[in-house]
Amino acid sequence: MSINTKIVDDLVANDISFVTTVPCKQLAGVIDEIDTRPGVLHVPSNKEDEGMGLCAGAWMGGKRPAIIMQNTAIGVTINTLATLIQYYRMPLPMLISYRGELREPVACQVEMALHTKALLAQMNIPTYHFHKQSDAQELDMILKYTFMCNKPVAILTDANFWGGYGDQ
Amino acid sequence: MIRSDILKDIAPILRDQLVVCNIGLPSQELHMIDDQPTNFYMLGTMGLSSSIGFGLALAQDKKVISIDGDGSVLTNFGTLPTIANNVADNFILLIIDNGSYGSTGDQPTYAGKRTSLAAVARACGCENVVEVPAADTKDALQAAIDGDKMTIIVSKCESGNIKVPVITMDPVVIRDRFMKAVQA
Repeated sequence: MSINTKIVDDLVANDISFVTTVPCKQLAGVIDEIDTRPGVLHVPSNKEDEGMGLCAGAWMGGKRPAIIMQNTAIGVTINTLATLIQYYRMPLPMLISYRGELREPVACQVEMALHTKALLAQMNIPTYHFHKQSDAQELDMILKYTFMCNKPVAILTDANFWGGYGDQ
Repeated sequence: MIRSDILKDIAPILRDQLVVCNIGLPSQELHMIDDQPTNFYMLGTMGLSSSIGFGLALAQDKKVISIDGDGSVLTNFGTLPTIANNVADNFILLIIDNGSYGSTGDQPTYAGKRTSLAAVARACGCENVVEVPAADTKDALQAAIDGDKMTIIVSKCESGNIKVPVITMDPVVIRDRFMKAVQA
């Protein structure tokens, strides 16, 4: 089973039926896989804070949401995480491509990578870092944990997890 | 008419609907005029009223009205293409356009100058866009509710505020009673 299939299987098994995305090259396969699942409504958003608003509404409407985005979006969404998702106590799994880590070819990506875990820690957001594909075995438990505690939870997936960029 | 006049005017038809209300004075005014469990008051997060309401409309069948402001739509312009490209006929976006950032001291917005939010919404692909003077908002909103078509209403009004108390209800209480109203 491909890692993309495994990830989306876990989302579906946890009743996640509303997914919004701002794409990343590393997440392209997951997004493609989501589009093959009729039980999951995929609504691409233009910015990650907009996406979190969609997720908040979807959850209040009875659908379990998830957002798929890059770690650079942590810089965009701090206010939304604090004043909407956390303040109203809403669950939100965030599947995040962790750009700027080992095997990253684009130097600028390192700049937000340096801040990513510090910002998440400052926000008291439970954070999991997938570095090897076997780390994804915990995804099912992480999703259950997210909807148990009604909090945003970050799942950082780095280049090594995705098998690099093909040429390195 | 100013925003609070419009809210007083439409309160009787909002009462039976799920409403997501914009941050700051709009929520405080609606809360004072006619607090209902079917109202979701935004206490923070400028710009996301349309996104929250739209997500709610996509997730269930009841009608949802997002009350937004021109300044808030300007801050989350990306919402309009998302709405246009994922049509939900149970969604109504009511933009109360007073051409100013009312909650922060009535500083002018670009929507009060050269930028037409109705034209922007149409350019983004929204099909049912109506711009009305403030006094016609109630009729336009009732027509949108009766029409079963996703509708964007831009209601042009004067800038100005009334004195209102802040909302002291706990956010989790607001959210919990709103979710129960959604499910009812």
